[in-house]
Amino acid sequence: MKHASVDRLEKSLSVTLEEMLASPHAFEPAVFSEQDVERTGMSNYSYWRSTFIAFRKRTFAMFLLCLVLTILVFTFVQPHLPGQYDPVLVNNNEMGLPLKNQQPNETFLMGTNNIGQDIWARLWAGTRTSLTIGISVAVIEAIIGIFIGVLWGYIRKLDFILTEAYNVLDNIPTTLVLILVSFIMRPGMQTIIFALSLTGWIGMARFIRNQIIIIRDRDYNIASRCLGTGAFRIILRNLLPYLVSVIMLRMALSIPGAIGSEVFVTYIGLGLPATIPSLGNLINTGRSLMMSPNLRYQLIYPTILLSIVTISFYVIGNAFSDAADPKNHT
Amino acid sequence: MFLYLVKRLLRSVITLFIILTVVFVLVRQMPISGYFPNYEKMSEAQIKNGLHEMKLDLPMHEQLFYFYKDLLTKGDLGMSRIYRNNVPVAEILAPKIPISIKLGSLSLLVALLFGLPLGVIMARNKGKFLDQLGTGYIVVIEAVPAAVYYLFIQLFGTELLGMPLINSPGTFTTSGNTAAWILPVLSMSLGNTAYYAMWIRRYVVDESRKDYVTLARMKGMSSGKILSRHVFRNAFVPMIQYIPTSFLNTVIGSIYIESLYGVPGMGGLLVDVVKRQDNAMVLGIVLLYACVGIIGLIFGDILMVTLDPRISLTKRGGNR
Repeated sequence: MKHASVDRLEKSLSVTLEEMLASPHAFEPAVFSEQDVERTGMSNYSYWRSTFIAFRKRTFAMFLLCLVLTILVFTFVQPHLPGQYDPVLVNNNEMGLPLKNQQPNETFLMGTNNIGQDIWARLWAGTRTSLTIGISVAVIEAIIGIFIGVLWGYIRKLDFILTEAYNVLDNIPTTLVLILVSFIMRPGMQTIIFALSLTGWIGMARFIRNQIIIIRDRDYNIASRCLGTGAFRIILRNLLPYLVSVIMLRMALSIPGAIGSEVFVTYIGLGLPATIPSLGNLINTGRSLMMSPNLRYQLIYPTILLSIVTISFYVIGNAFSDAADPKNHT
Repeated sequence: MFLYLVKRLLRSVITLFIILTVVFVLVRQMPISGYFPNYEKMSEAQIKNGLHEMKLDLPMHEQLFYFYKDLLTKGDLGMSRIYRNNVPVAEILAPKIPISIKLGSLSLLVALLFGLPLGVIMARNKGKFLDQLGTGYIVVIEAVPAAVYYLFIQLFGTELLGMPLINSPGTFTTSGNTAAWILPVLSMSLGNTAYYAMWIRRYVVDESRKDYVTLARMKGMSSGKILSRHVFRNAFVPMIQYIPTSFLNTVIGSIYIESLYGVPGMGGLLVDVVKRQDNAMVLGIVLLYACVGIIGLIFGDILMVTLDPRISLTKRGGNR
């Protein structure tokens, strides 16, 4: 007894199912062709292109994405522009005295700091450092976190041991890890990226684990398992594509998160040395001058830039995660 | 249920031992020079002597044995060596804990009192002006580093409202002067308010799309009543898990706020003693935090089960 839908399909294709299966091309993937679309309902839907189209409609997020890219490019271009000062150079006047705490003026666009360094140059060098730290940490965190999180969530035998390991690792003070890392490695960008990734992946792994547990026993996965699909293929083809939008959101948020951690780490005195300007350095130097109203500009400029970067990643992440959800595709 | 809790507590004790052992071994990897303020000037014999005094020259397993012997037989966490010389760790922590708890729980209370209604209002006006206003607040609080907006609040409070900038040592006790607590509590609650508002909004919006809400509306219930009788309770269940965690954070204290206002609490104490290599203090604080954390998680689960009878901690597959 044939199903009615098979009947309909056969009529629309004007061949019977037996004929189709007998044909030597029966198991070759069909190629997209404009004429056949109407008859068979096959479409040239591409996930990433639809995501991109949906994202492009969010004008505000698009604007912020361009803004962040411009800032990123500008941090690399700025040192090569004419008339720029070196971010670590102490500027002296004719008498050889440092030009301390100069208000913003024509020579120093954003003034100088308390030892006479140009804040404009330090701001861009600092943004470059902080963005590099943020993006590197977010990527490393995502790679390690997804790998461990998937194992933790999908393989039931590992759940107990990894949960206990999580409880232990989560309770080791971050400060202790940071100090030990800075004791073993020389202070610098690599060290701080390493240290922040070392403590940051744990949260990502837990997040992925919770997501995997929620979807691992959905009917489509049980169906796959019944058909004999291996765990590795289920993870790659069934689970991870489903999580793309939340993973992207989480990554977009962990970039400003890592930048914020850098500010905190500098605050407790374990950050980058003063010779490498970063937003953390700048904000901390600014903080100490907060009580004298005419020097507040030293805190306000880096804070504004940091806020712009953070808000941008926040909005872009949310818009992208909406766009990556196939329910929102047209 | 009772059996489950006993089992879970027993497992937590094992976890606690592992945590303490790992941290114990880690702090002993710190550089030797950090233990002596004038390391360069010391002779080798002096260093040896000093290490012997701290029992640091013994093999690791013997040190660990002595640590657990003191802890388990006498409940003794050891003496602080650097933070305050030769004072028992417990004696240093005892007066600090209630102060941080008071600061933290007050700010948590403020956050709940403002955050929950804010989130519900935002959810009910989804996409309209009030929602956008609330989202703006959340984004700003997320974006501007806490270290900076705390400073602005302090500045505003001292310059415009005439609050004292530096508080005398006796100000922040568990009983003391109320007015001085306003700014620290308010600053500390801002982040949590945003956090609670964001999540309760998310959950209320998700719940409002469910079938039982449509049914209640068809029965002719007013939307206010649907919200308070049905939606809020369901939306609050996932939130309840965060509250013990937030409470843990209150015990940890806030390094920024406590140093800004001179509150003699736990904030920054761990960072301080780790940096100064006061090993006994580090272990004492880690033990305290780990206990509070583990109890908090269990407590969160119990609250969740009480609030939502459908969830079971003991039965398998209860959460499908």
